[in-house]
Amino acid sequence: MRRIEMVSVGAGPAGLAAAIEAARCGMQVVVYDENEKPGGQLFKQIHKFFGSREHYASTRGFRIGVGLLDQARELGVEVSLHSVVLGIYENRTLNVMIRDQIEQVKAERLLVATGASENMIPFPGWTLPGVIGAGAAQTMANVHGIKPGKKLLMVGSGNVGVVVAYQMLQAGCEVAAIIDAAPKIGGYGVHAAKVARYGVPFFMSHTIKEARGKECVEGATIVQVDEKWKPIPGSEKDLEVDTICIAVGLNPMTKLTQMAGCKMSAVPKLGGMVPAHDENQQTTVPGIYIAGDVSGIEEASTAIIEGRIAGLAIARSMGYLEEESFQQKRNEQAASMRSLRSGSHGDARRVAKEYLNAVMKG
Amino acid sequence: MTRIEEHPILGTFEKGKKVQFTFDGKTIEGFEGEPIAIALRANGILIHRYTTRRNEPRGVFCAIGRCTDCIMVVDGVPNVRTCVEPLREGMAVETQMGKGSQKASE
Repeated sequence: MRRIEMVSVGAGPAGLAAAIEAARCGMQVVVYDENEKPGGQLFKQIHKFFGSREHYASTRGFRIGVGLLDQARELGVEVSLHSVVLGIYENRTLNVMIRDQIEQVKAERLLVATGASENMIPFPGWTLPGVIGAGAAQTMANVHGIKPGKKLLMVGSGNVGVVVAYQMLQAGCEVAAIIDAAPKIGGYGVHAAKVARYGVPFFMSHTIKEARGKECVEGATIVQVDEKWKPIPGSEKDLEVDTICIAVGLNPMTKLTQMAGCKMSAVPKLGGMVPAHDENQQTTVPGIYIAGDVSGIEEASTAIIEGRIAGLAIARSMGYLEEESFQQKRNEQAASMRSLRSGSHGDARRVAKEYLNAVMKG
Repeated sequence: MTRIEEHPILGTFEKGKKVQFTFDGKTIEGFEGEPIAIALRANGILIHRYTTRRNEPRGVFCAIGRCTDCIMVVDGVPNVRTCVEPLREGMAVETQMGKGSQKASE
């Protein structure tokens, strides 16, 4: 069995940031990722981030990814790709399938940074080829250079919906409409305004009734909903689209943490069931830490800070960092986080995180 | 056809060399190393398989290897996730019927 001081499951922004901090303190770090390429979803994000400079403001997501990868490499972090962590067993023993071989690993400290998966809504025709996740649209256009379709309907007006709709315009697709069952646009105004300037109509209080087509999507029928979110008969509209993108939220990928026995808590603001964790990102299972979307749906910038805090805490717990130095570095990150978790969107997440810290303390 | 020639932010996309492969016996082209599903989409092919019980068409849904809706028979092996499986020269890609018998051999 291979012994490793710190293992991160996931080479996205949270996993890489944690690996960098721990490796900088002198720790041996291995990052497993099931994908062919590291970086998680960062490499699909071609929009500029905002916030202040320390939060990578006006830097595009994929450039942040390149920076983190370079840093990790320089610090000697081992990034193992095509590596699926199949399970977490007692005392942080892991089974990892690397390509077609299974390896057993013992991690002194374990960070689970598995991210999130997309929510879906079922409707007649939702299984037709041409109905895709918004993430799929982003992957096709921004990673593989192919248009998902000619004309799209975006279901969901949260940040993912409006950002991906804009990316589809940049890719050269037409966007027929963005719809949302909620009465108000969910995403940041800046992102929504960019799409609106292209003349893309927003249909609020509308949901999808049906995807039409025999073998593939040939059109979509949308319908208005009342204040109880019930469809209003007679308000149907037919849209001529060949692709329907679903952007109705994300949920944390917590299977590994559940398997490890971490105490879970239902927090709707954070996307569903999330592991309770303390202010150092440690779960109820000693030695197992979480960071990024798996610990509650937020953003890449907050995932990076959570990762840094986890990496520092892990280094401290293994004696690679002095208490004073840890406190100082941790406080810097915490201050940075406070500024991200403020405002109308951020406040709710801060409250939800404080709730999880309280659950942790029992 | 549906490929993005020049992206306003990303410029041109780095691709492997152009290779030939077959879809249900017909020879088509794609780029080496890109996911099979991308090469198919560039050729206007969206239907990857038909379901076991209701014989309904399915195609790419998540594009990151998670949902397994895009599975096909590749070089005789059924249930290959085509959205993450890299394309290679001469691959035989076939529409998957149900759990893995092949359309071409029916």
